[in-house]
Amino acid sequence: MRRWLLAVLLLAAFVGTWQWVASLGSVDDLTLASPSEVWTAFGDDGDLLLDNAWITLLEVLLGLAISIAAGVAFALAMHLNRTLRDAAYPLLVGSQAIPVVVLAPIFVLAFDYGIGPKLAIVALICFFPITVNVLDGLRSVEDDHLKLMRSLGASRLRTLRSVELPAALPSFFSGLKVASTVSVIGAVFGEWAGAEEGLGRLVLLGNNQLQTPRVYAGVVLLTLIAVALFALATLLERLSCPWNRTERPT
Amino acid sequence: MQTKVKAPGVEPLSDHKTSVAVARVERRFSSRRGVTPALAGIDLHVRAGEVVGVVGPSGCGKSTLLELIAGLQEPDGGTLTVAGEASAQARRHACSYMPQQDLLLPWRDALGNAALALECQGVSRKEARRRAAPLLERFGLGGFERSRPAELSGGMRQRVAFMRALLPGRPVLLLDEPFASLDSITRASMQQWLADTLAAEPRTVLLVTHDVEEALFLSDRVAVLSPRPGRVLEELQVALPRPRDRRAAVTDPELARLRGRALEVLGA
Repeated sequence: MRRWLLAVLLLAAFVGTWQWVASLGSVDDLTLASPSEVWTAFGDDGDLLLDNAWITLLEVLLGLAISIAAGVAFALAMHLNRTLRDAAYPLLVGSQAIPVVVLAPIFVLAFDYGIGPKLAIVALICFFPITVNVLDGLRSVEDDHLKLMRSLGASRLRTLRSVELPAALPSFFSGLKVASTVSVIGAVFGEWAGAEEGLGRLVLLGNNQLQTPRVYAGVVLLTLIAVALFALATLLERLSCPWNRTERPT
Repeated sequence: MQTKVKAPGVEPLSDHKTSVAVARVERRFSSRRGVTPALAGIDLHVRAGEVVGVVGPSGCGKSTLLELIAGLQEPDGGTLTVAGEASAQARRHACSYMPQQDLLLPWRDALGNAALALECQGVSRKEARRRAAPLLERFGLGGFERSRPAELSGGMRQRVAFMRALLPGRPVLLLDEPFASLDSITRASMQQWLADTLAAEPRTVLLVTHDVEEALFLSDRVAVLSPRPGRVLEELQVALPRPRDRRAAVTDPELARLRGRALEVLGA
């Protein structure tokens, strides 16, 4: 309870400072819209913002789903095959080093203006945290546990199912939390490279049309999507790994 | 539930008296700093139904010996058979290995952790739980079926680990310092519990420990090992019927004499 109160207080202080700075005469209205102007923008352009937010949310969710499927499968393959792990690990790290901003326009050329390039970019950006965390989780099982399973006569699949996969679950959620926050950035890059709808495109257009409050309203919505996804991942983690719950000092 | 002492799928041997035979077994570990001999020609024979304690100083290769017998390692020299079989796979099938830590899976409840042993043999989850449940009751863990390891005491966790070792019904039980992580009061009560359990559920047992008293209290015979590289310095017969009583054992003159002798051999 106290944690929530502190977070709300800090947020209120942040919004208050924002409002104060925006009201200073020396700050250009085109650079910084005040919270009250953003609030007005939500009222005026509410439907427009929400319609575009749905598009972006869809891109983020589908992209995340692709990256989860691909990341878990790739981590499993690397875990089960040592040669593949040694060979593919540098590529995996490389996949995270790719500047997606540069790649996005090329994806648009390849996949057209539809949802395809957005999904590809979201998936690419989320693939790394999920794969690396799942792989680390699978490998976190102690030697003694593997030895015990061997002495119990367990098959490779049994050990994977009963020991390694459950052990990797908390790490998977750590990866998912990171991925869910960066996924929104991926969707925005994807839309900037070429799109007909979505919050990223709305923000970019708003910038060109000097509609600063609408731009800030879009940014607030994008942030809310990321925070909501993070919260959802945290909730799912608590529900599916109850043994992993550490006592919090109150 | 299978409670008979019989190796599954293993034909009765002509020489059925010997269950575990370790003859001139050597084991070396190579590292960057060279080759370290862990066991240098160790001999040890355990008859079916016998409880043999193995004591020795830290690092004398006690745990290596157990892992070799359990089929988790291969010897570099000598011969090693369990129930007459030499292959690592056959050894794994004949032995239940109980490591020092309880190694319970934190996401499984007590019953699920014990049932894991049966699941590893291809028994369905539901059936494994059904078959493990009566043993849990007998081990004084009734009512804790659904408790996770974090909610159990050290002694309870050790009993669950012990159940997991007993459930597959294998003839040889290898215990690697089973009570080392327990406090001394819990350890004493667990020793009595193990003595009674082995009387009710007889097995061929090799008990590795650094506690001379524990070895003498539980075993028919105690092998005293040398410092690394380990070999058997002396075997002490404990000619007292089992199960023994923990409190009576403290003042037993024969056990006191053997304890003195063991410590003398260990140079302590």
